[in-house]
Amino acid sequence: MSAQGLTGPGLRLDRLPRRRRVNRLMEGLAWLSAAIAIAILGIVVFDVARRGQSELNLNLLTKAPINFSLTNAPQGLANAFAGTLVIVGLATAIALPIGILIAIYVNEFAAASVRNLVILVLDILAGVPAIVIGIFVFLLLVVGSGQSGIKGALSLAILMLPFVARTTIEVLALVPNSLREASLGLGIPAWRTTLSIVVPRAIGGILTGTVLAVARVAGETAPLLFTSSVVGVKTDWNPAHALQTIPVAIFELSESPSPQDHARAWAAGFVLLVFILFASLGSRWLVTRSHRKITGR
Amino acid sequence: MSSADISAEPTRRPFTGRRVRFGDVVLQVVAGAAALGAVVLVGLIVWKVVDGSRLAIVKNGWGFLTRIAWNPVVGKELYGAASFLFGTVVTSFGALLLATPIAIGVALFLTELAPRVVRAPVTALVETLAAVPSVLIGLWGIYVLGPALRSSIEHWLHAGLGWIPLFGPQSAAGASVFTAIIVLTIMILPIVSSISRELFLGVPHELKEGALALGTTRWEMVRGVIFPYARGGIAAALILGLSRAMGEAIAVTQVIGGSPTIQWNLFSTGDSLASKIASTYQGAVTNLQLSSLIYLGLILLVLSLAANITAQYIVRSVARKHGITRGGHA
Repeated sequence: MSAQGLTGPGLRLDRLPRRRRVNRLMEGLAWLSAAIAIAILGIVVFDVARRGQSELNLNLLTKAPINFSLTNAPQGLANAFAGTLVIVGLATAIALPIGILIAIYVNEFAAASVRNLVILVLDILAGVPAIVIGIFVFLLLVVGSGQSGIKGALSLAILMLPFVARTTIEVLALVPNSLREASLGLGIPAWRTTLSIVVPRAIGGILTGTVLAVARVAGETAPLLFTSSVVGVKTDWNPAHALQTIPVAIFELSESPSPQDHARAWAAGFVLLVFILFASLGSRWLVTRSHRKITGR
Repeated sequence: MSSADISAEPTRRPFTGRRVRFGDVVLQVVAGAAALGAVVLVGLIVWKVVDGSRLAIVKNGWGFLTRIAWNPVVGKELYGAASFLFGTVVTSFGALLLATPIAIGVALFLTELAPRVVRAPVTALVETLAAVPSVLIGLWGIYVLGPALRSSIEHWLHAGLGWIPLFGPQSAAGASVFTAIIVLTIMILPIVSSISRELFLGVPHELKEGALALGTTRWEMVRGVIFPYARGGIAAALILGLSRAMGEAIAVTQVIGGSPTIQWNLFSTGDSLASKIASTYQGAVTNLQLSSLIYLGLILLVLSLAANITAQYIVRSVARKHGITRGGHA
């Protein structure tokens, strides 16, 4: 490692006032950077809340939207809320067990080289742009047979999978080996040890990671455009049909000329944002707690 | 989860060398199949996207990459990716240029400067910024950020520095490449800063304290110890941020204006690969147009795979190097 900053005339004492000024300037800039990052979050949340205020009522959750209406009849985005619940729920149901299985294999069974390969592949999968995942599911399943909620859920599940698997690998590695050895020593087979001792011990951390992954994909738009976006206004819970979702609804409303539509987009965005903020801040808090619990320290 | 984070923990496998039981074999096979599935999935994604763009590759030829055209009129169909490729490069590098100093600043603040009480909350808030859905940032970009930039920074830069081609006249549409750059900056800032933060936390205390004991100021310590130590990791963080910016479709499509042109003026409209796919997919009528859109997706996939593999390679070689250094100390 080089240390060029520490050599040369840099440390001269007669330059100390200047060096201190530079230091103060840089510290100031670091404070400023943090202030900028926090301010952006504050401004975005504030604007979303303020602009959605007028449409932020129970109608948003319970009433259907009205197509091409000139009336001022109350309308909402009930179809989008229902669709998001169904699609994100299904995506979680697909990604969670597969993610846990991958983590079990990587952490409990795989040789080091296989372990590294699978982790590398998970990291690469996490880096594939969401819209390419959308194209992939479109080409694989939508072409020829049309869109559906289940196909939308599948595209979100692919986005969740590396997240869930990676966090599960991390928490399984935290489970103390003494637990495994104690269980095996009692004559309990490895598979029961894994499923009844190791995984339950880590379940808090696994669920926390899952909540975080849910928060990430609940706002995804791009993959759903390809897989579940050609929809009606009726509230539909059947995943065999294409379902409207909150992000896609916001995307479409944002291009509408009507200010009332914009307000509904902001309001729906606010609900989504509150859910995501609670989920990601809450699970961050839980992460620390569950890690402490798992290791028993 | 950050992709730069590698658990250095060596695998402990108490399950080897034991009597083989039926249940063990079942679990190992099922779990192994899931892991194999993930590997196959990545291969399948690449194959499907290549397959879907085959028609466009054959009909458009290599000229696709350098041609500026998007003409879906049946009989006169002509497609090219050059303007979208250009837009992707300009917006993602622009965003990286703006996000890097702020992200490093945030990371330094969180590791070196912040009082203990604010450290955890500020870390959480910055990472929360990463969780704000892109469609909301795009909505905000259209109605709040775009107009605000138009009447302030864009206006001033054009008035004062209009002779620089980058700061040309503003578009009539209200959308601009510049707005897209700012939106992307916001989206990659938390990613780069949280990876950098973890890297800075990994710098051994004795090195930092050694520098301070030599009489360096805090900034001189950062420049002389932290930056050299974390250099490789920061490079990986920047590549990951770049890849994220390249792949963002929705927010960019909402604010960039969608015009297939190559020009240096940041204040006019443009388009990017991901944004073009998102905005045009539903209107694609001919097979060739759809296939050409998928071809754009293929270019995007290749760029992001290259970026991610490079970043992961750097992260892993850095981890190995530092792992050995630390082992030497112990």
